[in-house]
Amino acid sequence: MSDQAYFDYLLRLGDDSLVLGQRLGEWCGHAPTLEIDLSLANVALDLIGQATYLLGHAGTVEGAGRDADRLAFHRDALDFRNCLLVEQPNGDFAQTMARQFLFSTYQRLLFQELAGSTDADLAAIAAKAVKEVAYHADLAAGWVVRLGDGTPESHRRMAGGMEWMARFVDELFVMDALETGLHARGLAVDRAGLRPAFDATVAATLAEATLPPLPAHRPVTGGRKGHHTEHLGHLLAPMQHLQRTYPNAVW
Amino acid sequence: MYTTELQKQAGVTTAEPAELLAAFEARVAADEFIEPKDWMPDAYRRTLVRQMSQHAHSEVVGMLPEGNWITRAPSLRRKAVLLAKVQDEGGHALYLYSATETLGTSREEMIDALHSGRAKYSTIFNYPTLTWADIGAIGWLVDGAAIMNQVPLQRTSYGPYARAMVRICKEESFHQRQGYEIMMALAVGTPEQKRMAQDALNRWWWPSLMMFGPPDDNSPNSAQSMRWRIKRDTNDQLRQKFVDVTVPQAEAIGLSVPDPDLKWHEDTGHYTFGAIDWEEFYAVVRGEGPVARERMQARRKAWDDGAWVRDAATAHAEKRSRRQAA
Repeated sequence: MSDQAYFDYLLRLGDDSLVLGQRLGEWCGHAPTLEIDLSLANVALDLIGQATYLLGHAGTVEGAGRDADRLAFHRDALDFRNCLLVEQPNGDFAQTMARQFLFSTYQRLLFQELAGSTDADLAAIAAKAVKEVAYHADLAAGWVVRLGDGTPESHRRMAGGMEWMARFVDELFVMDALETGLHARGLAVDRAGLRPAFDATVAATLAEATLPPLPAHRPVTGGRKGHHTEHLGHLLAPMQHLQRTYPNAVW
Repeated sequence: MYTTELQKQAGVTTAEPAELLAAFEARVAADEFIEPKDWMPDAYRRTLVRQMSQHAHSEVVGMLPEGNWITRAPSLRRKAVLLAKVQDEGGHALYLYSATETLGTSREEMIDALHSGRAKYSTIFNYPTLTWADIGAIGWLVDGAAIMNQVPLQRTSYGPYARAMVRICKEESFHQRQGYEIMMALAVGTPEQKRMAQDALNRWWWPSLMMFGPPDDNSPNSAQSMRWRIKRDTNDQLRQKFVDVTVPQAEAIGLSVPDPDLKWHEDTGHYTFGAIDWEEFYAVVRGEGPVARERMQARRKAWDDGAWVRDAATAHAEKRSRRQAA
């Protein structure tokens, strides 16, 4: 039987990975060094893999015959459930790393917990993904430190990247009625409970990077309800172009 | 992907000790590998630097036409495979730059030569990827041509190049299969998909044949390179092999090769094919390919935009080592 709330939760998880993977794919061939190009493609590849599993599982839970591709390519922005952080534009490499560091640090904590989910399928996906995400978080933290404590220009850019992303951090930890209910069933994680560990890691990394703490900002939220920033529509347009133009084609 | 010899032989060889030269030639003739610290003629070193760096540059520039479709790949699986493939190309560039550095030229110098237009890269990447089928065509035809050229290079005389090529060849054969698989899916798809597939073959066929380089009677460096075993087959031999293998693959999926003069000969077991437009080839070598400007602009922009990142990494590493020393 379809479980709409749980379906929605799996979309939240899957869309986060999909949208960030899509963003990172934009860097391909344009990164500051070949090594960075490869590492960004590698992270993108992991995220697209996670999205494939999570959206596939969501489709199964929904029970309406939609597979991962159907969900990825045939929903419009109002039906996407990703957080606003992941849809933010790449900007310069510092902005990309700020987004990656904040997201992967959060996702690592989230997947560690989800590996203990009462849903064995989700637990297995999370247990596999958490190893990948640990690498993403370390990679990004390394760049935050290198750029923060590099040259005056890189410091300024890294601080700017963090400043851009800071307003989207609170959304990562918001528990709404849907997730509170799923948490009671052992399916979802208590996001609010991840915050102290997140804050500690961020504070330590920013300090090592000689960067100021994340600026306080009124939280901008809405992604989990389908109310996104202006950036998402532009991300979806090229991503969904072929599937929407040729809806009956098999690729 | 692959590149052929695109530049004129550089400079005149200075007098080299006849004994060393004879010993070198004998080792090469005996199919021994030449290693970085071994003595080698200057011209051999220069030819290798040119050919290997050109190959590395081709991998890097080759990331652009395919990268163009990563954000638009039509399924999650296709997106993941394309990401992995383009990542492989970047990896190939890394091994090749490293192998070339063993000859005493730094990666910085090679990249500078690319950006200033002194170094070449494969002509094929100066053509645009207009539809998804082009990603299939590149894998099938361009990487297919690469394999033809690179399999013999696994036995090339310079050890680091030969060893890099062993790994590269394994990955290229995966790339070729994924390209052909994309084409197969399109060829049995909707009329629009079939049209895309045929159009891609029409556009990529002749440039793919040009990838093997000028005909043997107009390839002045071939004889020396063959003697040094930097090259193991002639351009025309490889081109013929490619045509013989690829035409039946096109027929198997119902696509037609855009060459009215293509003809199978039962007696020889080979195809004959129409005349290649060498004017076009030389124009593309000169940098007049349809998207040559876009490709070079993208590479230079990535490099220039990334300068502050590379500077920061160096500055941070220096601070760190100063702190550790203190």
